[in-house]
Amino acid sequence: MAATSAQIYDWVERYAGIVAEQKQYLTGLDAAIGDGDHGINMDRGFQAVLVKIAPVRDKDAGTLLKTTGMALVGSVGGAGGPLYGTFFLRAGAALDGKSEISDRDLVGALEAGLKGVVERGKANLNDKTMVDALTPAVARAKQSLDGGASLQEALAAAADAAEEGMKATIPLKALKGRASYLGDRSIGHQDPGATSSYLMLRALSDSLAALPQQAKSTS
Amino acid sequence: MAEAAVTTRLKKLINTPETEVKDAMAGMAAAHSDLIRVEYDPNVIIRKDAPRKGKVGLVSGGGSGHEPMHGGFVGLGMLDAACPGAVFTSPTPDQMARATAAVDGGAGVLHIVKNYTGDILNFEMAAELARGEGAKVNAVVTNDDVAVQDSLYTAGRRGVGVTVLLEKIVGGAAEAGADLDKVTELAKRVNANGRSMGMALTSCIVPAAGKVTFEIADDEMELGIGIHGEPGRERTKLKSADEIAEILTMAVVNDIPYKSGDEVLAFVNGMGGTPLIELYVVYNAVHRYLTGRGIKVTRSLVGPYITSLEMAGCSVTILKLDAETTKFWDAPVHTPALRWKA
Repeated sequence: MAATSAQIYDWVERYAGIVAEQKQYLTGLDAAIGDGDHGINMDRGFQAVLVKIAPVRDKDAGTLLKTTGMALVGSVGGAGGPLYGTFFLRAGAALDGKSEISDRDLVGALEAGLKGVVERGKANLNDKTMVDALTPAVARAKQSLDGGASLQEALAAAADAAEEGMKATIPLKALKGRASYLGDRSIGHQDPGATSSYLMLRALSDSLAALPQQAKSTS
Repeated sequence: MAEAAVTTRLKKLINTPETEVKDAMAGMAAAHSDLIRVEYDPNVIIRKDAPRKGKVGLVSGGGSGHEPMHGGFVGLGMLDAACPGAVFTSPTPDQMARATAAVDGGAGVLHIVKNYTGDILNFEMAAELARGEGAKVNAVVTNDDVAVQDSLYTAGRRGVGVTVLLEKIVGGAAEAGADLDKVTELAKRVNANGRSMGMALTSCIVPAAGKVTFEIADDEMELGIGIHGEPGRERTKLKSADEIAEILTMAVVNDIPYKSGDEVLAFVNGMGGTPLIELYVVYNAVHRYLTGRGIKVTRSLVGPYITSLEMAGCSVTILKLDAETTKFWDAPVHTPALRWKA
């Protein structure tokens, strides 16, 4: 089975809805260890994404994701704008021109997005950032495919891994971003960026499950 | 509780949180049409006569809520453009890319960036975009706040009061025709020779959040506060202005450290909610502390220049001067917020 650009569109739209729904929750997490604007910023960004992505709805997955990235870069601000913007720009570049996406291509796009985030933000694993959710998710997705799982199963496993990674940020001391100024006082709080990243991967898994997948070409 | 009711009511002179930044930009354009022009989407405040041929362009930016920084410093002898983000949120790369293009007179552009993760990342992306368009762009990062440790384990010291002094001094050099390398070197030197520390008596309310950023009791203060209400070194019982001024100045002086015989600029900044009379009470103690240690205060600045919305409190910045930085501090400036000799 392969994924389709319609599922990618559904993913972005679904995640925008979740961000709007969870705006106060994300902002509350950020208020505890950051500057209390993560939900507000992400929601402003994804509202802009919804406007920009509608006219390119029928385009390939690369165009959809790059449009999403550009809209985020131009509207979010803070650290979230460049980081999420880079994630979608890189993932989009990896799927350039593709409307049918193989299992490997989709997981490869997530990996490219993660690599972009790491390069831009220079965060390491366990710095208490979004990388702590994305890294195990990408690893688990690859592992699952290697073990013969379907794409849908692999992405569900990735979302589970992201959730575990997100929860594992609670006991960590923040080493990057504004939370790092708190030192030990950042311990005991769940990282807001890891949380929004988990929600993003859960949305992808749900989009794959919700829409019919493309039958693998047998020609 | 009556107290809780007060802290959650949004009692501000705004129309809506969403329109606040643009409404204020329009107000600035209307009030200072001789000095600046503004553009929207992306939001940029530009010196009226930019680009100036052969002059290095100076671009800064950051979250809104710190006025007059940075838009109030656009004009002759200071910035060529400022990019206001949402309140307490860094601006986006398209803003800085547009500002860079608008002020590039062929001699290159310097980005002046305060050390916050969001600002750094957005300015980096903007510089990549601008260089892609053929612009010559350098960047300097200010990180003068001694309240937070500069270490591998944090995002590094925050950029605060020195940013204002740097924009003035480097602006003077750029106006006098210094090239991009010279302007960049001077900016780094100013940052390296300045340190700051702030404190808060009260919190502030980010309009989009609608409630106080942090709770603080009537008899407490936060020492080492950041300009977004980030916590600092410690929460302590309130002390007298003299004692507070001494704590802040000592922390700053001991950091570089400044020595007897040094010539310095002493800057007492208001956080937005503290009246000038109190800032002068603080300045008096700062000046006395410095001169008591043989440090010569040859220049000074007192007033709200890098604020944190309606937060009450102050910060102290000390900048070690040399002949060149003194000369460019004294050079003519004409902006909405700073004006002398022009």
